[in-house]
Amino acid sequence: MNNLKEKLIGNGFFLIALSTLSVLALITVFILIEGVPVIAKVGLFNFIFGMKWAPSQGAFGIFPMIVGSVSVTVGAALLGVPTAICCSIFLTEFAPPAVSKIVRPAIQLLAGIPSVVYGFWGLTFIVPAIRNFLGGPGLSVLAGSIILAIMILPTIVSISEVSILALPRQYKEGSLALGATHWQTIRSVLLPAAKSGIMTSVILGMGRAIGETMAVIMVLGNAVALPKSILDPARTLTTNIGIEMGYASGEHQQALFATGIVLLVIIMLLNSAAQLIVQRGRD
Amino acid sequence: MRISPKKSQIIAKTLIWAVAVIVILLLIFIMAYILVKGLPTLSWQFLSEVPRDMGRSGGILSTIVSTLLVTVVAVVVATPLGVGTAFYLTEYTREGRVTRIIRFCAGALAAIPSIVYGLFGFIFFVIYLKLGWSVISGGLTLGVMILPTIIRTSEDAIRAVHPMYRDVSYSLGGTKWQTIVGAVAPSALPGIITGVILGIGRCVAETAAVILTAGSALRMPTSLFSPARTMAVHFYILAREGISMERAYGTAALLIVFILIINVAANILLNKFVAKGR
Repeated sequence: MNNLKEKLIGNGFFLIALSTLSVLALITVFILIEGVPVIAKVGLFNFIFGMKWAPSQGAFGIFPMIVGSVSVTVGAALLGVPTAICCSIFLTEFAPPAVSKIVRPAIQLLAGIPSVVYGFWGLTFIVPAIRNFLGGPGLSVLAGSIILAIMILPTIVSISEVSILALPRQYKEGSLALGATHWQTIRSVLLPAAKSGIMTSVILGMGRAIGETMAVIMVLGNAVALPKSILDPARTLTTNIGIEMGYASGEHQQALFATGIVLLVIIMLLNSAAQLIVQRGRD
Repeated sequence: MRISPKKSQIIAKTLIWAVAVIVILLLIFIMAYILVKGLPTLSWQFLSEVPRDMGRSGGILSTIVSTLLVTVVAVVVATPLGVGTAFYLTEYTREGRVTRIIRFCAGALAAIPSIVYGLFGFIFFVIYLKLGWSVISGGLTLGVMILPTIIRTSEDAIRAVHPMYRDVSYSLGGTKWQTIVGAVAPSALPGIITGVILGIGRCVAETAAVILTAGSALRMPTSLFSPARTMAVHFYILAREGISMERAYGTAALLIVFILIINVAANILLNKFVAKGR
């Protein structure tokens, strides 16, 4: 009797654990069903490399948005990654315990601030600053990159911090015992040893940047054109969906789901790369 | 000229301290920027009246209620699934293909952008299940979205429970279920609650996924099937359409206050948990 009950409970937990699998399958299937017909009609090549997005004329080319997404993400990484790595070195090596006890939750608080608030702050502070000091409309790739760089900090900091902390003590002690300075130890022993964790964190951070919608929707200007400089406005894959989903219908709406497919594929590739690095680091 | 190791150490240390200080100042600046402009708008009237004239006057009560309802639905759905999955991964199975698949799925769910959750929620809950733009569609979508957060934090919390707890329970003749309920769950509880609180924070902050699934109707929701506009969505619409900057700042300030409370609560719980576990 007791045995049966235990078995039933065990099976119950197994079914619950399958929820992640089934939800992921549902998401993939429903977005594919909605989006694939448009891609099939336009042709995958024309959809991805098409320069013209004019839903009313049935023209669905998302290349400018892919370029937009990639440029804000790369911009965010250029600004955010060095900053984040400095912060994780600070937390693990330089900060006195009392200081890191305050700084760590403060950096994590950055992850809690709603993305619309970042967008609004960017719109009312960063955008005018860029317009006044650097010229252009202000609504730009640069503004988006700055906002995203701040938003991806917590992701990169927390994962790289964990990977630095996970290193065996002997690495650091050995290096210091050989007469290396603290900074030499960090640069030539700790950072290289934690490389796989840091790379994972950077990839996951870039995934967050490419998937962010509400923060960039307010600061990018959203023009469907190839940005020629970092001071030009741009539109990303996510903002394309966010802006037009409100009124799109029929084929136009399906094209937005197709945009979602491309986004999903990029995220899955990044995520698999991150998991691969983690696994390799473990072996 | 070569810089001596000692000098480079000083330069690097200064630089890293400077970066850390700048990041903290940036955080303080963003929060202060919103709070200074928004807190003066917050009044009892602002919190207790429904919006009038598209949000130009009146308060934001209906959006607060909508936020609460959507969040409650999300937490009620995601907590059992998330905590159950965490117990399965830690107590009921060994590391193997099954756990790898489940972990991969949880990782993938965590990586999916919120706008894609919005698309999914729209096509699945709103259209396919015919739930319409409603509290329930929005809540279910957010529930799926916070599932990986709850799984990860619960799993960490359960793993951190000292093996001795389990050994004692088994040696007293406890079954697996009795061990989980009586020995593991109580000591993992603060960690699990932290995960749920973080999930609540994500629900309150989310915009893209709710605007596509709960809609943006300003009326007070009367049931789980009424459309709803959460605070974050209200703030977005006020700011984007330039309806009322003053009210936009006010709503944003309230959001920031909520997020602050949620984060402080999560941290206090986590610190207690860590102190107790080690």
